[in-house]
Amino acid sequence: MIRSVMVMNTQGKPRLAKFYDFQTVEKQQELIRSVFGVLCSRAENISNFLDAASIFGPDSSLVYKHYATLYFVLVFDSSENELAMLDLIQVFVETLDKCFKNVCELDIVFNYSKIHTILDEMIFGGQVLETSSTELVKAVEEISRLESASNSINLVPKSVSGWRNR
Amino acid sequence: MASTTSSIMDTLFQRTLEDLIKGLRLQLIGESAFISKALEEIRREIKSTDPHTKSNALQKLSYLSSLHHFDMSWAAFHVVEVMSSSRFSHKKIGYHAASLSFSDSTPVLLLITNQLRKDLTNPNNEFEVSLALECLSRIATTDLCRDLTPEIFTLLSSTKIFVRKKAIALVLRVFEKYPDAVKVCFKRLVENLDSTDPHIVSAVVGVFCELTSNDPKSYLPLAPEFYRILVDSKNNWVLIKMLKIFAKLVLLEPRLSKRVVEPVCEHMRRTGAKSLMFECVRTVVSSLSEHEQAVKLAVVKIRELLLDDDPNLKYLGLNALSIVAPKHLWAVLENKEVVIKWLSDEDPNIKRESLRLVMAMVSENNVVEICRVLVNYALKSDPEFCNEILGSVLSTCSRNLYEIVNDFDWYVSLLGEMSRILHCQQGDEIENQLIDISMRVRDVRPELVRVGRDLLIDPALLSNHFLYRILSAAAWVSGEYVEFSRNPFELIEALLQPRTNLLPPSIRAIYIQSAFKVLIFCLHSYLLQRESTASSYPDTLALSELASKREMPEGSDLATFKAPSHSEQDEVFNPRVSNQSSEELSVGNGGDRTINHGQTSTPVTSENIFTYEAVVNQLNLIELALGPLTGSHDVEILERVRNLLCFIELIKGEILESLVQKEENLNSAEMKSSKIIKLMSDAFSEELGPVSVSAQERVPIPEGLVLKENLNDLEMICGDIQLPSSISFSLVSTHYEEGVGASLPDLQSKEELEPPSEATSLLAEHRKRHGLYYLTSEKNDIVANDYPPANDPKLQDDQNNDTEDLVKLTEQLLVSKKRPNQAKPRPVVVKLDGDFVPVSAKRPGPKDDSLSGAVQEVLLGNDTRTSTSRSNPSDKSSSKRKGKEKLITDPSSELNENLGDAEKLDHENPSSRRSKHRTHGKERRHKSPGKIREEREENGQKEKKKSSHRHARHKTRQRADVPLNVVSETPVIPDFLL
Repeated sequence: MIRSVMVMNTQGKPRLAKFYDFQTVEKQQELIRSVFGVLCSRAENISNFLDAASIFGPDSSLVYKHYATLYFVLVFDSSENELAMLDLIQVFVETLDKCFKNVCELDIVFNYSKIHTILDEMIFGGQVLETSSTELVKAVEEISRLESASNSINLVPKSVSGWRNR
Repeated sequence: MASTTSSIMDTLFQRTLEDLIKGLRLQLIGESAFISKALEEIRREIKSTDPHTKSNALQKLSYLSSLHHFDMSWAAFHVVEVMSSSRFSHKKIGYHAASLSFSDSTPVLLLITNQLRKDLTNPNNEFEVSLALECLSRIATTDLCRDLTPEIFTLLSSTKIFVRKKAIALVLRVFEKYPDAVKVCFKRLVENLDSTDPHIVSAVVGVFCELTSNDPKSYLPLAPEFYRILVDSKNNWVLIKMLKIFAKLVLLEPRLSKRVVEPVCEHMRRTGAKSLMFECVRTVVSSLSEHEQAVKLAVVKIRELLLDDDPNLKYLGLNALSIVAPKHLWAVLENKEVVIKWLSDEDPNIKRESLRLVMAMVSENNVVEICRVLVNYALKSDPEFCNEILGSVLSTCSRNLYEIVNDFDWYVSLLGEMSRILHCQQGDEIENQLIDISMRVRDVRPELVRVGRDLLIDPALLSNHFLYRILSAAAWVSGEYVEFSRNPFELIEALLQPRTNLLPPSIRAIYIQSAFKVLIFCLHSYLLQRESTASSYPDTLALSELASKREMPEGSDLATFKAPSHSEQDEVFNPRVSNQSSEELSVGNGGDRTINHGQTSTPVTSENIFTYEAVVNQLNLIELALGPLTGSHDVEILERVRNLLCFIELIKGEILESLVQKEENLNSAEMKSSKIIKLMSDAFSEELGPVSVSAQERVPIPEGLVLKENLNDLEMICGDIQLPSSISFSLVSTHYEEGVGASLPDLQSKEELEPPSEATSLLAEHRKRHGLYYLTSEKNDIVANDYPPANDPKLQDDQNNDTEDLVKLTEQLLVSKKRPNQAKPRPVVVKLDGDFVPVSAKRPGPKDDSLSGAVQEVLLGNDTRTSTSRSNPSDKSSSKRKGKEKLITDPSSELNENLGDAEKLDHENPSSRRSKHRTHGKERRHKSPGKIREEREENGQKEKKKSSHRHARHKTRQRADVPLNVVSETPVIPDFLL
């Protein structure tokens, strides 16, 4: 089971944080900080695993990947395969790339809601449900269409409809 | 009206999330100021009646909560409001906020049940259903699960894959929170395993993987279904999960492994995906390690991983190797040069793994060399890894009471060497081991004192605070075993050197106490020596007195035999040494006598150092060094300084006088001071032995002793003074008072003292039993000289190529099983019954009994059905299942031949088993659901009773029991798989 997904930039600013068990905001902040503390001290071109037991408790592993200015981090327990998790990060980044056409950190900064949609389609309650980026893009686009449809109908006559109801 | 206007204003000029992010990035007024302003806006906007404004505000709040860590639990009610909006975009924001911020204790959870039910059953919009499912997967509580189980059950067979896979994944949380849902949903969940859609299968397998990892036993009956997927599936994700499941199941049911091992190996050979290949390897090495062929194949694959350029694969290869190491060390040895090469890898993960593997290769034949090279390696690595190396050397060598250490002299000097490494932070561990060894291993004490002295006299070490604990151990050892010291005066000087004021008070107190012990030893030696020169008889008295005190009748013989004949100083002035030797004599054979004696007294140099001037010098030195400390603020120091100074005060006069009277034939033994000295010396010379952890418990508490009340009083009186907890009590005799005070802070767990006779008798017993293995001490001496010194100067210059060195030595040592010149006998290591903390491999029981119970109940039902249908071949409903059975039965029949009698017997009378099941099933049907649970519990209890009974039975009877066992243990496994 996946416990947490994090994306943070090389300065340690979180860009996406998802925890599949409830964590208080203080605890979240602490976890992100300690993960970054270890990540930033690691050299390039070395293995992508970290000893996560000291941060997340026993039976937890952590893999990360470094893309441009961002770290993608996955925390999981022994029911997941480490290499499969690395692949999953790859799938996530590929999907982002397809959704945003050459994704960069700014896309992630400004598309908070969409990033979460993508992630939620991929990982559901800590379990991996979709690993094909094509399928993911399809689902995400459909959801976005639905979202904007439900918004656009009401955007202009919003106040009008409010009056009408009165 | 005003509120409407503000609401409209809010709506028209509200910042969107994008505006908020832009503002944050611009940072015109600083981040925290900006955010607090934004939060203020949000608090206002979120109360708006306009759903758009409200949801917008909630979205901003979610953002701030998620990425800037601001609490949003206060907005829980607004979250519920937004969730219930009819617009998809609002609903989505609401659900996202809920899954972000709700916990089990959020009060408004009670309000959302109906909303969730409505969304879950929405027939038109699968994405709304999906939103609700997603949210539930994070926030579902027991109540929610109970109330929504029917809806989730319906969704489990939804035609929309998009929804069904999420419903399946949600079942995991539902089962965890509300085990009774198993009764409803389990069957449908299992049916989904047969689905043709890969998404569905992947989701179900994922759920079962999680369920199995918590409680494997309950899912054994599903093994046939899993097996089919393992063989048929082409999806790597699914296969990985399947391997995870079987890795757990195989451990419970060994017969399963014979079936599984072939497909696993097949996948391992065939697959191109590294992740699947690694998972196969891991499954084999962790769960199928008794299958020689499979392990061999896995090791080949591990080697592939190890030689890959990708550091991740290297790391995982090492990881797999360390799993395989305990059972198949050959696999590590085969790859040793690769493993050792990566001890110097730049990647800390890889370094650490290879260190662990190198330590796994350590045995008593190569421990000296491996440790030597590792310590040299530690010298040049970064502080963190240096300490990891030292830590693993320490823990490996001390494992199981220094099991692999044969040569304690070497090990003790290694400890000394390790303490001197610049980055060494293992002070506590080294301290413990030094003291532990000093008490357990009698033969190593001379070397220990030497190592301790080297550490104590080096003033540079006093500036490294990581070493303080080691120094305290060194000080204690030098005080306690001062009789082995070459130059006790040097020790006193070292213990009182000016830089000791850098030490923390507790350790300084130990220094002072040790100095006290050394001084007593010196004075006593001085007196004895003087007496022996003065006349020939008083020391006979003294020695026989000492000896008889230790209940050694031979001791007095020895003393009388020795005293007149030996006039050399070194024999006589050292009563404790001779005493020691007499002790050994008493247990050894008479032939050793003189040799033994000669050997033990060598530590003290032959020239006479206990001169009058030296003694007086020492007394002056101590007075000078400790005088200022009488004003110390630390109780421990103050106490010990006072003791020492008062003692000197007592005896100094007479010692000085004695010089004047020297020429007269005085009766010095009756001098007051010499009596005191003798008394003190006796007190200190009693040996401290290791004590079993449980020793304290065995001492009965005397009647009428009330400890607690007094202690409470004490706390009231001196509540703020920090008392070292162990000092106050646990004294065996008053003689010990001084020694105990100093040593206890070090000993901690060894709070009580043991009469020395126990260790001695142990030694005697050992010698009696294994006399064959005791070499004569003369030989011993020679061999010791042969032994390469641990800190060979040669090593200093080949530090750079120690990797190759290690490779070489492993080649030599790991292959050849026995060292040719392993002539040195292992000294006796005193062991106590309390030392072995039994490593109880207590398997963590299933986390959720009710869940496993529920699952077993459902599956047991399944099984009953299967077996009844088997006995009734014309039953059409089970035809599909039957077909499957047949498919698998064929290979299993030949397999059965290989199985033990147990299984054969089982197959010979299947009717009894079947009938048992049938009656079981019948009983079931008559009972009300409430009773079923009771019955199951009863069964469980029966099973427990049986198993405990079984264990108690004798081995010979076990065979007869086996068929019964198979039935009772695994009533749920269909035999066609086995």
